[in-house]
Amino acid sequence: MASRPSLGLRARLLLAFASLCVVTAAAVAGPIYLAARIAILQRAQDAAVESMRSRLEAVFPLRSAVPGPDELGRIATAVTDGNGHAIAVYHQTYSPSVPPPPPMGGRLPGRIAPALQPGAVPAQLRRMVAGGEMGWQRVVWHGAPFLVIGAPLLIVEPDGTTRVSGIEVYVAHILLSEQRSIDELAGLAWLAGGAALAFAVVLALLATRGVLGPVRELGRAARLLGEGEMRTRVAVRGSDELAEVARTFNTTAAELERHVEQLREMEADARRFVADVSHELRTPLAALAAVADVLDEEAAQMPEPAGRAARLVSQETLNLTALVNDLIEISRFDSGVAALALNEIDVAELVGATLRTRGWSEQVRTELPPGVTARLDPRRVDVVLANLVGNALRHGEPPVSVRLSADANWISLEVRDHGPGLEEAVLPHVFDRFYKASAARARSEGSGLGLAIARENARLHRGDLTVTNAPDGGAIFTLRLPRRAADPGAGPQ
Amino acid sequence: MVGGVSRVLLIEDDPAVREGLELALTMHGHRVSAVESGEQGLERLRADLPDVVVLDLMLPGMDGFEVCRRIRAAREVPIIMLTARGDDMDVVAGLEAGADDYVVKPVQPRVLEARIRAVLRRIGRDQAELERYGELTIDRAGLVVAKGGVPVGLAPTELRLLLELSAAPGRVHSRQQLLESVWEHGYFGDSRLVDACVQRLRAKIEDDSAAPVYVQTVRGFGYRFGPV
Repeated sequence: MASRPSLGLRARLLLAFASLCVVTAAAVAGPIYLAARIAILQRAQDAAVESMRSRLEAVFPLRSAVPGPDELGRIATAVTDGNGHAIAVYHQTYSPSVPPPPPMGGRLPGRIAPALQPGAVPAQLRRMVAGGEMGWQRVVWHGAPFLVIGAPLLIVEPDGTTRVSGIEVYVAHILLSEQRSIDELAGLAWLAGGAALAFAVVLALLATRGVLGPVRELGRAARLLGEGEMRTRVAVRGSDELAEVARTFNTTAAELERHVEQLREMEADARRFVADVSHELRTPLAALAAVADVLDEEAAQMPEPAGRAARLVSQETLNLTALVNDLIEISRFDSGVAALALNEIDVAELVGATLRTRGWSEQVRTELPPGVTARLDPRRVDVVLANLVGNALRHGEPPVSVRLSADANWISLEVRDHGPGLEEAVLPHVFDRFYKASAARARSEGSGLGLAIARENARLHRGDLTVTNAPDGGAIFTLRLPRRAADPGAGPQ
Repeated sequence: MVGGVSRVLLIEDDPAVREGLELALTMHGHRVSAVESGEQGLERLRADLPDVVVLDLMLPGMDGFEVCRRIRAAREVPIIMLTARGDDMDVVAGLEAGADDYVVKPVQPRVLEARIRAVLRRIGRDQAELERYGELTIDRAGLVVAKGGVPVGLAPTELRLLLELSAAPGRVHSRQQLLESVWEHGYFGDSRLVDACVQRLRAKIEDDSAAPVYVQTVRGFGYRFGPV
């Protein structure tokens, strides 16, 4: 997929160069070839016709106005030059020339048919000769090129006029040597064309390398940029269009980097603001929390409605404290200062302690194989578990169960209830901050940060927290933690 | 003291927090003297002889860590520090400065009360025997620890940690167990409390803190007293 566009470009360039070369070669070599061919053939033709004219002189005077085959054979033999065949025709009678003795080792006679037949002479030529004109035509006969020349024998009357004697003489000249010259010419043209084509291909390859190198680099840079490598730039070489593209890329990347940086700063500002607000809230809340306790203690002795008001203040102070604590906790994850305090822990013991501390031991079914140990931050795992089990008890249906399983590298804790489960639309959002499954859900059920913090705690361990619905009902939260969590913060101790 | 009236010295600069905590602690039966700076706190330490000090780390003027070190130098009184949540460096620095325990702001008075009770809890004086381990003698009745015959000044938590560990020499105590038995924090207490206290204890009783003989680390599990 990644390399296809460059292959395409290379193929296109190669094709363009090759076509250009072929068309040019054809345009240059074609007419030259044709002209040379015509000139060669014309010369051979002129020579043959001239030689035939002079030989025909020797035939006269004719011995008989109505010649027999012998007379025709004599005429035919007289007009041949030993290098061709001749035939003399008088109406239906014809006679070929006497074949010349074969030249030593020559192949030509072997390729010449035994004798020229009137049928081998083109009809058009015969008509022309019958009309009293000399004519010639090139034919392919028995696979070889021939020039057939036809001439009528004329009789000159005493008054100076001429008339057709009815005797026609045809001579076939083989054009093999001319053909060979022409073939050689064509061969040379092909050779030159082929060499030019090879040269064009080499040129095309060089050109594509020059283009494809920068294009590939641009592609790689664009991919890196897409992967978030905002500092990616490409080298600008020369001042051609590709350099212009590279320059544009660099400008765009710089602009993009600036925007992303701005967005990050804005996000960091927003988070810092939350952290600052939380910290600022802490001092007044500390005072409030201190006196709320006093109020709560005294509420029973207060007259109504002051007693109820006191209890309300006390309760809401607790909720507010929890919210602010959660906000501070999550802003610590955001700023990356959250650290693990790792300890070799018996996981079953830890789960037991979590349930016992909160008085849940009776309500929760457990499946905790003993002897599973892991290097964990017990306080953080307790936060996760307490949140998951607390949610299951509040929102799900009993029985709520906690199941521990482990392999060589991971432990997995499954918290499950048997309620209706979570709506499919809700599933992807349960770990979002302040996400409420329904707008109608009561506010007092938690800060809305519990699951977000739980997941952050899991990830701090390089583990994860996920949720699915069980096929037979109920939500299953799965906490997966490595048995040997690396300490990312490398704690202060 | 538990059972009687305990005197709490509260050092906190924010007037609302100071007053709120004073109210809450008074309601829980303590006699509270509240001051707003470290300097005043050190003065009051000499005058009042408090049973426990509750110290805010973020103070104007002399900071909480310095106050903590000076209190520790003057008296072996338990110190509970008030820290901002999530300021881990503060917690570690405070524990190194000699604090016995800490609570996170915004503090629930009930939590603070439980911590105060824990640090004030009397150490049982049932055993009369003098125990000897190498150069170290532990007098469980008189609550005196001496090294080479010279008494060692131990803070209450340090003493309790040493007594807890030495009650079963050679047995490994996990940090969780120690948090429950010495600090009464429960299973999920901050194990750095144990580590910091062990460091302070070693500095006082070991010849070489880096190669401890009495309080030994069992990697991955916890701590053990001896074998000497």
